[in-house]
Amino acid sequence: MPAVSKGDGMRGLAVFISDIRNCKSKEAEIKRINKELANIRSKFKGDKALDGYSKKKYVCKLLFIFLLGHDIDFGHMEAVNLLSSNRYTEKQIGYLFISVLVNSNSELIRLINNAIKNDLASRNPTFMGLALHCIANVGSREMAEAFAGEIPKVLVAGDTMDSVKQSAALCLLRLYRTSPDLVPMGDWTSRVVHLLNDQHLGVVTAATSLITTLAQKNPEEFKTSVSLAVSRLSRIVTSASTDLQDYTYYFVPAPWLSVKLLRLLQCYPPPEDPAVRGRLTECLETILNKAQEPPKSKKVQHSNAKNAVLFEAISLIIHHDSEPNLLVRACNQLGQFLQHRETNLRYLALESMCTLASSEFSHEAVKTHIETVINALKTERDVSVRQRAVDLLYAMCDRSNAQQIVAEMLSYLETADYSIREEIVLKVAILAEKYAVDYTWYVDTILNLIRIAGDYVSEEVWYRVIQIVINRDDVQGYAAKTVFEALQAPACHENLVKVGGYILGEFGNLIAGDPRSSPLIQFSLLHSKFHLCSVPTRALLLSTYIKFVNLFPEVKATIQDVLRSDSQLKNADVELQQRAVEYLRLSTVASTDILATVLEEMPPFPERESSILAKLKKKKGPSTVTGLEDSRRERGADVNGGPEPTPASTASTPSPSADLLGLGAPPPAPPGPPAPPGGLLVDVFSDAPSAAAPLAPGSEDNFARFVCKNNGVLFENQLLQIGLKSEFRQNLGRMFIFYGNKTSTQFLNFTPTLICSDDLQATLSLQTKPVDPVVDGGAQVQQAVNIECVSDFTEAPVLNIQFRYGGTFQNVSVKLPITLNKFFQPTEMASQDFFQRWKQLSNPQQEIQNIFKAKHPMDTEITKAKIIGFGSALLEEVDPNPANFVGAGIIHTKTTQIGCLLRLEPNLQAQMYRLTLRTSKETVSQRLCELLSEQF
Amino acid sequence: MQFMLLFSRQGKLRLQKWYVPLSDKEKKKITRELVQTVLARKPKMCSFLEWRDLKIVYKRYASLYFCCAIEDQDNELITLEIIHRYVELLDKYFGSVCELDIIFNFEKAYFILDEFLLGGEVQETSKKNVLKAIEQADLLQEICLLCLPLMFKNEYWLHGTKGNGCPGEVWEGEFLKTCCWRQLSKKLSENSEEDISIKYI
Repeated sequence: MPAVSKGDGMRGLAVFISDIRNCKSKEAEIKRINKELANIRSKFKGDKALDGYSKKKYVCKLLFIFLLGHDIDFGHMEAVNLLSSNRYTEKQIGYLFISVLVNSNSELIRLINNAIKNDLASRNPTFMGLALHCIANVGSREMAEAFAGEIPKVLVAGDTMDSVKQSAALCLLRLYRTSPDLVPMGDWTSRVVHLLNDQHLGVVTAATSLITTLAQKNPEEFKTSVSLAVSRLSRIVTSASTDLQDYTYYFVPAPWLSVKLLRLLQCYPPPEDPAVRGRLTECLETILNKAQEPPKSKKVQHSNAKNAVLFEAISLIIHHDSEPNLLVRACNQLGQFLQHRETNLRYLALESMCTLASSEFSHEAVKTHIETVINALKTERDVSVRQRAVDLLYAMCDRSNAQQIVAEMLSYLETADYSIREEIVLKVAILAEKYAVDYTWYVDTILNLIRIAGDYVSEEVWYRVIQIVINRDDVQGYAAKTVFEALQAPACHENLVKVGGYILGEFGNLIAGDPRSSPLIQFSLLHSKFHLCSVPTRALLLSTYIKFVNLFPEVKATIQDVLRSDSQLKNADVELQQRAVEYLRLSTVASTDILATVLEEMPPFPERESSILAKLKKKKGPSTVTGLEDSRRERGADVNGGPEPTPASTASTPSPSADLLGLGAPPPAPPGPPAPPGGLLVDVFSDAPSAAAPLAPGSEDNFARFVCKNNGVLFENQLLQIGLKSEFRQNLGRMFIFYGNKTSTQFLNFTPTLICSDDLQATLSLQTKPVDPVVDGGAQVQQAVNIECVSDFTEAPVLNIQFRYGGTFQNVSVKLPITLNKFFQPTEMASQDFFQRWKQLSNPQQEIQNIFKAKHPMDTEITKAKIIGFGSALLEEVDPNPANFVGAGIIHTKTTQIGCLLRLEPNLQAQMYRLTLRTSKETVSQRLCELLSEQF
Repeated sequence: MQFMLLFSRQGKLRLQKWYVPLSDKEKKKITRELVQTVLARKPKMCSFLEWRDLKIVYKRYASLYFCCAIEDQDNELITLEIIHRYVELLDKYFGSVCELDIIFNFEKAYFILDEFLLGGEVQETSKKNVLKAIEQADLLQEICLLCLPLMFKNEYWLHGTKGNGCPGEVWEGEFLKTCCWRQLSKKLSENSEEDISIKYI
């Protein structure tokens, strides 16, 4: 037993702990514990009332047992009883038990809350402290409900003791984190901000944490904290090391408070008031200067505290991203740390430099440290430091150093820790693609990746290399030659077989002229790997073989023999069997022409963001990758020279997998699904959701709402609101888009872009001017779009908005509601005319009918309003059935005018509608019917 | 800060403090995983590591590992000094603290931590102020033990002027003011180097 036993020792407890420690085995320990539990249970249940001391002792024992890792299912009531004890020591143990072993038993919670309420009202600061600690430790919703209204009062009351204020501030913070909705903002907020001026540094420390958290969610309300925080910080950094007495930590004045104040300032953009801004810059310069001064102590605590403040200051400098001078100084400081003997500092310097690399101002300065970072990759003994080095190399990579960085990463990959291999593979793949000037280099790099770390090359990576090779004809011959050579290796990774199989199937003909890679040799090479591969790879190889049948008629017989063999035709795997059967049949029955059509070279893939990037983002969390993406967007063009990732619509691209399997000849095999979900081919071509611009959730709904109206809010999230106002006349229109910044922080690099697919561009012409790249907090900017409908169209343009908010890159895409019906001109006509025209449009292609369930209540007036909003005239007394709605109008396009008639028949009983559209053009009928069906 | 764990070189958990709501099962899983990860690291390695979406900051003092989980934007170095300040507090309180002190007086270790960190944030960085709070509490305990038996012998205190038979009110009100706090302030001024004015009497 230890010599020290402060306060009142509990002898029984100490004996029990000793006993447990003396237990030789786990079993003995459990036995001892069970004995004790039985003892305590009998004491609690006994007739004799326990005195406070015993109760405390037993509760404490239970707590100890729980902390050893055993379950405790009783004693809660006794602990709650202790709460209302008047002896401080008993109360304290009661609270400790409750804090550690919270139980959401509602009965108990009420009792606990009652006890807390009494203590809070006691005006005894020690008891109030205990109660507040308990709330902060438990932080449950029930407690928030009971006390979230009360604690702000305690916090700002004039006569509250300092120590209670500190507890109250952090208690409120905890409740706000768990249940922000229950903490009401109010008058107290402004008084809390003024706690930054409090004399007691402990109060300021606690309050700063609270204000920081509140300010993140309610920046406007806490805006005044900026100038207060700056002046407080300034007083601290300029104070002599002894001024702050006990708040000086190893000669560093108030390091915790300094860090917190710097964190608070990171909730806001640089201060607008020049005086405040100047003072802050001074502070930051002072902190940077101090880093150059000789240390006041050799103790690591001194340097840690000092550098903690320095790193936080650098974070703020990076967050503001507005003072080139400070950014470069920060970068130089971090550069010094890169070679520091403390591993911790090297680690943090690498980490911090990563964010610095994404700033325009300091990117070049970061690049000068490339040799040091590469060296770190080779010499650091700690894998977590090496990982930081990989991150930094990735962040500092651009066109000028890509070859070097990729080469270094590849060579590191050979010895890299298994835990970080996959990530390095992704990074290399991304960099190689992004900065490839010469695509032969790209192909070499990826094949090297597969060779060195094949197991860590995910599907995304090899899908991508195929997409790129298919889209770029200048590299196809080289790719075929290279994979052919790589496949010569006696043992090659299955991923290489996949890439090789695919590329030779498409482009094997480009190297077939060389007798060393004649068709037969190519086939034999691939087939020699066949039996060692897994089912999906074999399936892919079978597809390669049928492509060979088309490319090289001379090997047709050989391949047919292979397909006909029992191991294929009777393969136990249904996918392999089906492919063998179908391909064999195809090669036999189809004429050369049909075969050539079916197995035509792959069409280029639609340009889109690499799915590898999405994967890396998913792996690393958005913050790490987007910074890089954001800044690079301006520097490097997209890999395939495409201007912008197009929205995810490939409807117009023929799906090659469907071509392959949906053959003209009926499949002789038992009918199965043409391609099982998750089947290989489907996977290759499926359009992975693009990470750059997925449509914002709910945007489809909003889009539908704008079909029948022209003004309103199109999109809204916590940061941004997009409003629309538009008017249309005949085939022309004008739309005003209003972008509102809902925060108090500037949006930087604000770039809205209208994205139209090629089809859409030909039919709808949009003209707009760029907007100012800076949107101030609370400000709204507008953008006018001139619209001309050239001919009828189906798709909608996508509005993509990218900007930087705080340190993060934001990317929002919404469909812009410019729809065909906007170019409607209503036409009034009598019943007779209507039916005459209706009959004229009786060609089956001109009529489209849709029967659908009502999604909204079937209200006649609303329906009428919607039809008018849709743009057509609403014709009364035309239809013999008065319940039906009939409309007519003309769609104006630049090239033609299209007359449209519509009829909507509601069936109240079935809650259904039947909508019939007749127009002179099939596509128009189709599109209008789709649009209008969504409205009811 | 999301949580703090203290464990021995043998992997025995000595103290756990959670600032985010987690189930017991989850806590045990996290503890197991982290103890394993941290113990596997070599002495010269850096004190920070990425773990799930958190940052782990740890430091070893003699046989004990102190391990904190902080969020992405939190400052690693200052967390390292949070650990150090806590060790200093324990050291000052117990007088060169060792693992055994924390085992046998685990409740004190929790009380000191609560005075220093609350809700995962630093509440009071002054060593003097934290220890003052703890020592006051200790004194309160001693005085309780000293006075209470006396107090309850006398029926007057139990059924005193307030007459509702509740010793609580008497204890809290009259008795505290007249007897206990006077002794307390005397003891306090004897014990600590500086003058502690007890404003709240």
